[in-house]
Amino acid sequence: MKVKVISRSTDEFTRERSQDLQRVFRNFDPKLRPQEKAVEYVRALNAAKLEKIFARPFIGAMDGHIDAISCMAKNPNFLKGIFSGSMDGDIRLWDIASRKTVCQFPGHQGAVRGLTASTDGSTLISCGTDCTVRIWSVPVAATLESDHASNKPIEANAVYVGKNAYWAVDHQWGGDLFATTGARVEIWNHNRSQPVNTFEWGTDTVISVRFNPGEPNLLATSASDRSIALYDLRMSTPARKLIMQTRTNSIAWNPMEPLNFTAANEDCSCYSYDARKLDEAKCVHKDHVSAVMDIDYSPTGREFVTGSYDRTVRIFPYNGGHSREIYHTKRMQRVFCVKFSSDASYIISGSDDTNLRLWKAKASEQMGVLLPREQKKHEYQEAVKNRYKHLPEVKRIVRHRHLPRPIYKAKELRRTVIDAEKKKEERRKAHSTPGSIVTESVRKRRIIREVE
Amino acid sequence: MGLEEEAGGSAKILPPTEQELSAELDTKLQKYLRGEGADLEALKDKKLKGQLFVREKLYGNSAKAAAKFEKWLMPSEGGYLEAEGVEKTWRIKQDQLTREVDILSSRNQYDIVLKDLGPYTLDFTPSGRYMATAGRKGHVAIVDMKSMELIREMQVKETVRDIVFLHNESFFAVAQKKYPYIYNRDGIELHCLKEHGAVSRLQFLKNHFLLASINKFGQLRYQDVTTGEMIGNFRTGLGRTETMQINPYNGVVAVGHSAGTVSMWKPTSAAPLVKMLCHHGPISALAFHPNGHLMASCGREKKIKIWDLRKFEVVQTIPGHHAKTLDFSQKGLLAAGTGSYAQVLGDFSGTQNYSRYMGHSIAKGYQIGKVSFRPYEDVLVMGHSMGWSSILIPGSGEPNFDTWVANPFETSEQRREKEIHSLLDKLPPETIMLDPSKIGTLRPYKKREKPTKEEIEAEKEAAVESVKDIALKKKTKGRNKTSKRVMKRKVLIDKAKKPFLEKQMLEEGKVAGKKRNLGEETELPASLKRFVRKKAAV
Repeated sequence: MKVKVISRSTDEFTRERSQDLQRVFRNFDPKLRPQEKAVEYVRALNAAKLEKIFARPFIGAMDGHIDAISCMAKNPNFLKGIFSGSMDGDIRLWDIASRKTVCQFPGHQGAVRGLTASTDGSTLISCGTDCTVRIWSVPVAATLESDHASNKPIEANAVYVGKNAYWAVDHQWGGDLFATTGARVEIWNHNRSQPVNTFEWGTDTVISVRFNPGEPNLLATSASDRSIALYDLRMSTPARKLIMQTRTNSIAWNPMEPLNFTAANEDCSCYSYDARKLDEAKCVHKDHVSAVMDIDYSPTGREFVTGSYDRTVRIFPYNGGHSREIYHTKRMQRVFCVKFSSDASYIISGSDDTNLRLWKAKASEQMGVLLPREQKKHEYQEAVKNRYKHLPEVKRIVRHRHLPRPIYKAKELRRTVIDAEKKKEERRKAHSTPGSIVTESVRKRRIIREVE
Repeated sequence: MGLEEEAGGSAKILPPTEQELSAELDTKLQKYLRGEGADLEALKDKKLKGQLFVREKLYGNSAKAAAKFEKWLMPSEGGYLEAEGVEKTWRIKQDQLTREVDILSSRNQYDIVLKDLGPYTLDFTPSGRYMATAGRKGHVAIVDMKSMELIREMQVKETVRDIVFLHNESFFAVAQKKYPYIYNRDGIELHCLKEHGAVSRLQFLKNHFLLASINKFGQLRYQDVTTGEMIGNFRTGLGRTETMQINPYNGVVAVGHSAGTVSMWKPTSAAPLVKMLCHHGPISALAFHPNGHLMASCGREKKIKIWDLRKFEVVQTIPGHHAKTLDFSQKGLLAAGTGSYAQVLGDFSGTQNYSRYMGHSIAKGYQIGKVSFRPYEDVLVMGHSMGWSSILIPGSGEPNFDTWVANPFETSEQRREKEIHSLLDKLPPETIMLDPSKIGTLRPYKKREKPTKEEIEAEKEAAVESVKDIALKKKTKGRNKTSKRVMKRKVLIDKAKKPFLEKQMLEEGKVAGKKRNLGEETELPASLKRFVRKKAAV
């Protein structure tokens, strides 16, 4: 007869020396794990609860300005720094890690309306309501860190005076041109005191401008006449214009899909468009209850942050209609500008109460260097929570956000209004000949027309 | 030249062809896929469809990776016994086996004789390392099976009917004469569970930390051992019970009654999940296959029946066995203990047809009380009236264990960590259901379905039964008249029935109302019809 019996020798299955790691043996057979779905469900529930326990997104505020903050700019070369400009002409460079001002750039007489840094991070360009464009040279990183005596004022390299107040400025990616907007769109070179090129379309002020990160010659602007215009620098005439029902306050291009941009609109929503096909929005992001003032994409291209007049900052997924996160504080008043940090971990918001606030992009994230086991555990908890997040118990915990009372009330009011309109529309449809009343899709509803 | 000839002549060793590999992998793949994929054709939402499609692909890839890496992660192969020539496996005796196997395994075949202290019952920890034995006359012992070391031995000086480990080897529960007690590994009495009363069988649900007990009158109790809360207390109402067994696949407790019925219970409902009429005589033993689909039951009419639990049908009837105890091994072998003979049956063709595999008879006169396979070992331990015996059954244990599930070589630190993790993963009692894969799925949308008449009746009866249990205070000074006690009981039962009766009356009222409405329209004379309230035209 042939016989074999399981026999395990202890030395094969235990460690040799006490300094060794314990031996681990794995068998992934589902038979050994009865009720694994129930265990996973319990783990998802616990993961959702733990996430809420560790959700402390607010890191700190940077104060120093004495007037509302109107604009911010990221330094593409230096992760720790951020520029901010306020309504009284004060421009500061902040060190995010210590939340202190590194240096100031005094000079503007009125409000600073636009700030931008060149791609190599050495030049800062600002424009304001005092009709000037100023070019500053940014102190180098090495001296920045060693300089503990902060608030050293810096002299401007150049001051270019124009005819009208300037509303926004943006620098070309990888090139040496920058665009300012005000009465018209002007393209400048660093060295010339007069704009190299001018675009004009209509008579209204152009209030914001953004260069495309992937296509350096393409830029998008938004104007007071509720339009979004796309310009190509290589052509002498503007390219396309899209007119909506309400004004767009700010535009941001998706860094990972450079042909798509998202526009932050006055009617409390953000509209994502494909630049090639402007007759229909790709996605409508609705959650704010007041005008959306500023928008910035995360470097991953997967989500963007918006700051709104309703005193909140929201984070939206790039293809989702509703926000995944909302940040608010009693002390934060109207948010005028937001920026996503270049490592996709932090959000900086500048608001009416003269403070810049630093938030975490993922509220319950553990910052700092994580051990590989910690990382794996976090990934596992995220994955198991996402698997069961549609079930009622887990969903209730994951979705829960505390809203300030005015926003809660405003949201309910909007909900009632929308429901009433919808019901009316349905009744109209039910009482008229089928096909006579056509509902327009949400993505097209706010667009008036497209102009070449 | 000679070399060339050799090369041409000898059989070339070729790597396995791709077809062979894939066929092998396919069978392994099925195990890891855990059922069919979702039907995505029915979805209309394109975005969701795309996302789910990607996810299903990922599941497929992970199952393939698990199947491929099996050969490195799980190197041990199981045991086997093959008879050669005219030999039959069931005629092979244990001493023949011990001569063929290595020393370490041959040490697993022994008999321990303890004459005085009554029939022994036993229980293993999930890793198979520790065994708890209890003799009827009060002898309780914890043994480390690897080193055959006696960890703790004590005499509780009372009748002991059953013993069971809790989640660890550090705690065990003993069903003594009046109440069950929980002891520490050192033999210190931790708890006396007075609420249970005198129980005849104990079982522990590992994932839920529930201690289930049943007494001979058929009262089933569930207690959560982490909080001490009594979760359920049910009167089975089906008569005298002798056997209780847990289905490890879904955590359902099956109780065998003297009328031949097996009822299955969960802690959150007062009515049983299933009531099966299994045998013509009383049920003497029950056992569940680890895959959760098969149940073996033995009745006093000397038949063992194998049931398919998905359809609740008999798969096989094995006549001629009057087994007092049954147990399934991890690999699906069935052990039946009858008198002083233990029979092991195996399903070798894969068609759920159990045939004789091995047998062993202990000394004549010794009655086998309990058979239990040792997890992760090819060993069957039988507790009998004169102690316990351990025999080798090749091919019964799972050869590859998972350190994070059950580790026979656990250190004390690993044990502590595992205890904490299992407490964090403790399942609520609501997760016990007949089909555990239903968790996380959507309930199919049904218009508010009314419970059927039978269901309502069953619930009403269960409520009345639970009320009958309440003990009324014994009053003194002449206030304890029988008539008053009877009245009080009646009032309690009526109170329990009240909500059901109210609902019934509501329903009847609605039906009568509907009938009235229908009748009204036809009954009115023509001249009054214009005063009837008409419904607005839609």
